[in-house]
Amino acid sequence: MDSVNLKISHAPFVRSKDSVESVMYNVALALAPATAMSVYLFGMPALIVTLVCILSCIAFEWILDAVRKKESNCLDGSALVTGLLLALNVPSNLPIWMLVIGSFIAIAAGKHVFGGLGYNVFNPALVARVFLLISFPAAMTSWPVPLSVDMETAASPLGILKTDGLAALGDFTLMDGLFGTMNGSLGETSTIALLLGAAWLFYKRYITVTIPLTMIGSVFIFTGIFYMIDPTTYASPLFHMVTGGLMLGAFFMATDMVTSPLSVRGQIIFGLGCGLLTAIIRLWGGYPEGVSFAILIMNGFVPLLDRWDLADRKALNQKKAETK
Amino acid sequence: MKTFTIGGIHPPENKLTEDKAIEVMPVPAELCISLNQHLGKPAKPVVKMGTEVKKGQLIGEADGFISANVHASTSGKVKAVKPAPHPGGQYAMSVFITPDGNDEWLEGCNTAPVDWKKFSKEEIIAKIKDAGIVGMGGAGFPTNVKLSPPPGKNIDHIILNGAECEPFLTADHRLMLESAEEVIAGLEIISSLFEGKAKASIGIESNKPDAINALKQLGAPKGIDVIPLKTKYPQGAEKQLINAVTGRTIEPGELPFDKGCLVQNIGTAVAIYEAVCKNKPLIERVVTVSGMEITERKNILARVGTTFKDIISFCGNTTAHANQVISGGPMMGKAVFSFDAPVTKTTSGLLFINNKGLEKSKERTCIRCGKCVDVCPQGLGPWLLANVAQLRDFDEIQLLGLANCTECGSCTFVCPSKRELVHWIKYAKALVNNRQKRKTA
Repeated sequence: MDSVNLKISHAPFVRSKDSVESVMYNVALALAPATAMSVYLFGMPALIVTLVCILSCIAFEWILDAVRKKESNCLDGSALVTGLLLALNVPSNLPIWMLVIGSFIAIAAGKHVFGGLGYNVFNPALVARVFLLISFPAAMTSWPVPLSVDMETAASPLGILKTDGLAALGDFTLMDGLFGTMNGSLGETSTIALLLGAAWLFYKRYITVTIPLTMIGSVFIFTGIFYMIDPTTYASPLFHMVTGGLMLGAFFMATDMVTSPLSVRGQIIFGLGCGLLTAIIRLWGGYPEGVSFAILIMNGFVPLLDRWDLADRKALNQKKAETK
Repeated sequence: MKTFTIGGIHPPENKLTEDKAIEVMPVPAELCISLNQHLGKPAKPVVKMGTEVKKGQLIGEADGFISANVHASTSGKVKAVKPAPHPGGQYAMSVFITPDGNDEWLEGCNTAPVDWKKFSKEEIIAKIKDAGIVGMGGAGFPTNVKLSPPPGKNIDHIILNGAECEPFLTADHRLMLESAEEVIAGLEIISSLFEGKAKASIGIESNKPDAINALKQLGAPKGIDVIPLKTKYPQGAEKQLINAVTGRTIEPGELPFDKGCLVQNIGTAVAIYEAVCKNKPLIERVVTVSGMEITERKNILARVGTTFKDIISFCGNTTAHANQVISGGPMMGKAVFSFDAPVTKTTSGLLFINNKGLEKSKERTCIRCGKCVDVCPQGLGPWLLANVAQLRDFDEIQLLGLANCTECGSCTFVCPSKRELVHWIKYAKALVNNRQKRKTA
């Protein structure tokens, strides 16, 4: 070896194996149990929804990178995760053209208008979900009944609770919520499958407990207070735990690295905000479910929360410099 | 098990040479002894072309308070005094010596060991200064200065740094095993400078159980605590080691003596023993030659001034895949730009690697995962420092704690977006320094 060929670079010369790809593909892997469960519950249509969302998100990522004259990273896994999350957030009978529009909104309005991965303020999948919910309210709120053969549709437990009251829920049990044998979007059904995936993310240390714990905890306490006041009007906090998108939102969307605060203090405020807004919308809002709105609203506060920590840190450094 | 409280990482240890006994490397055909082997001003040459020198003879004289003496590492004739490649990445004034093959010591050097207890405190400091001893862990701060804290600073805890937290390096590990008595004696000499009132301990990471045992047996009767530390990088950094061993925190802007602590490297302790008891100047050190791309991995005792070229042929040449050579450890070392660069007093290792990441790694945008914040042992926000450095906002970056960064590289190690975080921070530091120099000038 000749010293002329020596390569010069700066320390450190070893790097961890983690990459954007490994983070994203692990999140996708963590969503696999919930996806598999949805295919079991809703059959072929669920698989089609999932594939359409994933493929169109990756395609739009590639197109938009090309339009913006950027080197394409469409296979880095972030578009895959966005597509997968979007699929888990819609009913299995949503027409394909709506899925494609949703995917476009997620990638274009959710991500690329801000500058691409890392710069987006709002969770792209949730931007698309809320867009679809507002644009096509009927299609987005009639869910196929799981394990049914004749494609009959019905409202979700939260929807029934909102329009017809607690008594109309009938024979719904917590077990239905845990295993997912209830009406809902692909990923809003089986709590157990979602927890299994979340456990993987904790194990790989891609997420911490702060946000899920504060978010779920505040929903539990808030709905619990009203359940104690009037159990004939308000559903039990356990009902709120296993229905709707709470678990999916708390473990997979509120914890999105790009759109959540960096400091623990910020994360606690963020989680509490997500939880309280979810509970308020569920109890008194115009929509039966509030997780998407709650997370998106709190996403908007993240730059402010980060700035607060920054101001504190700077003040601390200034104080130390002065006492020196 | 003890360790430091904030941050830290655990890179693959790769201690491939931990079982290889130290081999003495023979005198090479030519030596290139740099006059810039320490922090501060380079030494002034006191020899010129044609001067006959003996082993251990002074060839460079300390220039000012923060500087250190440099000695000939064999006997021979001075061939030239001229700039030569330096492992730090620049050229430095160096003394080239053609050995005469006799390897003959200067009269009075390297004597039979005498008892250090007969020397006064001032005599010991003078001997350390004369021997040109500097911190051998990497920074190269003159040891005599470090051992003379300003009046009013009360040292109550002396710590020997046996952490050796950098992957691959095993030089201190071997020294602790093979020269355990000298290590302990060196620590006793340092303790005596503080009237023996300071507590003496040795912090060793738990991945070196044999070294922990060896030093425990020798140290226990003398009241020296050997403290096993949980293996974690950067435990060998001064501030982190103090925190791990004593629980004290060195705040930004403070030096260890502000918290009553004094840290010395294992190699430095041995050098202190040899200088005080054997009147032997610092002319050789243990170097770990390792990495995946060298045929024979070894721990060698190399003379200061041995060029990397000679070390490569002593270790059976590099493999065909080597594309990068690092002086020091893989986390904080420097890439070598020439094999004509020599071993200095601070060269702890020479690593031959195939850095695949060089072509592959492209900086991606930050995905705000927060890992750099989690691992920063100084509690900084490396992603933000790097962003502000890229924006060249040098007022803002100082408020964010730029000066507190110890450049350990943990943030760059963990970053999934492969951002060159510590590089941007070093860049900002350099520019901030330049700006301050211009202001004062």
